[in-house]
Amino acid sequence: MDKDRIDGNIELNTDQVIDGNIELNTDQVIDRVIDRNIDQDIDQDIDQLIDRIIDNYHGQASALLQILLDIQSVNNWLPGKALARISEKLEVPLSRIQHIVTFYKAFSLVPKGRHKLHICVGTACHVRGATRILDTVEQATGIKSGETDLDLKFSLETVNCLGCCALGPVMEVDGKVHAKMSPIKTSKVLKTYG
Amino acid sequence: MSEIQFEIDGRQVKAVKGMTILGAARNEDIFIPTLCHHEELEPFGGCRLCIVELEVKGWTKLVVSCVYPVEKNIIVRTRSKKIDRIRKTIIELLMAHAPFAPDLMVLAKEYGADGDRYEKDPSFCIHCGLCVRYCDEVTGKNAVGFVDRGINKEISFIPEIAQKECDDCKKCFPLCPTSYLQAAFVLTKALAFAPSQPVLSEPESFKKKVTGE
Ligand code: SF4
Ligand code: FES
Ligand code: FES
Repeated sequence: MDKDRIDGNIELNTDQVIDGNIELNTDQVIDRVIDRNIDQDIDQDIDQLIDRIIDNYHGQASALLQILLDIQSVNNWLPGKALARISEKLEVPLSRIQHIVTFYKAFSLVPKGRHKLHICVGTACHVRGATRILDTVEQATGIKSGETDLDLKFSLETVNCLGCCALGPVMEVDGKVHAKMSPIKTSKVLKTYG
Repeated sequence: MSEIQFEIDGRQVKAVKGMTILGAARNEDIFIPTLCHHEELEPFGGCRLCIVELEVKGWTKLVVSCVYPVEKNIIVRTRSKKIDRIRKTIIELLMAHAPFAPDLMVLAKEYGADGDRYEKDPSFCIHCGLCVRYCDEVTGKNAVGFVDRGINKEISFIPEIAQKECDDCKKCFPLCPTSYLQAAFVLTKALAFAPSQPVLSEPESFKKKVTGE
């Protein structure tokens, strides 16, 4: 479960999006999109991706939110150029798209890391030492909550209760829950995502 | 067209089905204060200042008159102790954001609102949405929109569109009750418009000095 769901905003079902609608292997796309540093290629890849996703919804403007979610889940973030393209293809004003993507926390307008770290700092986890876990993660990754490292490896986020307090302190990596964390365990887990 | 009869402030008024209470009141020259209402725009119901008391079969309730459709035999009161108190608080809350907005100052006087009641948080925009809605509904240019939500909600120009459209339009400028819109535009222009020509031109005297001519 991730932060957005806890905030009650939007439920992102990555698997379904990727399996059901577009036959794209997430990792491949993400590697392709992120690991290149030639801007133009990235632009092209994203343009193609957007066109494919929009076609899946027959270019209907009413599917705007779903289209944005799909692009977000495959590409990890929504570049400004992508929004402009969506606006053009769906004939929806950019200002409206901007309002939507800034309204829901499920969307990111800055690049996100390949691995999403959610550290629970809810009450139960807090009394069980969530602060130490957070410190460990911040030190190991060099980023603070809400940030992404330069290699786009990790994005770090704190959440307020993941609903499994008995397992606290809890760390979630890409949706997988790591229970009863200690600083040492935390470092070990992080290393497996090297 | 079916005509509806009801009462505003003790006066019998007639209205057409589908009209709002505010619309009917305006037709009869009965004044209800508003901040986010505009004749040319769809009802928005954002500022809540136009709140009125409604009596239906002996029950009173509070409704927002700019979006509430008229009904048969209702009794509307545009001012009462309760309403004045609510309007006063709304004005005070808005004044925490835009303390010197002329419209708010006039209203504050009328309702005895104290602009200093709440801690100041000058964001200057009171989220009436007039600019955003006008740019969408009337001019159709969509150069300005809202971003973010809750206490972080702001208006934001889209530089690429604003650069093309706004200089020749600016129809939303006089609508803004706080002048924040103009400020936001100038800021966008300064920070985000693409420069139209090379900006740096060295003064002749400087060139001479450098080349030693
Ligand atoms: S900038 Fe002015 S017109 Fe636009 S929403 Fe804010 S207060 Fe209203
Ligand atoms: S407080 Fe961490 S899971 Fe409930
Ligand atoms: S005028 Fe009715 S809510 Fe603003």
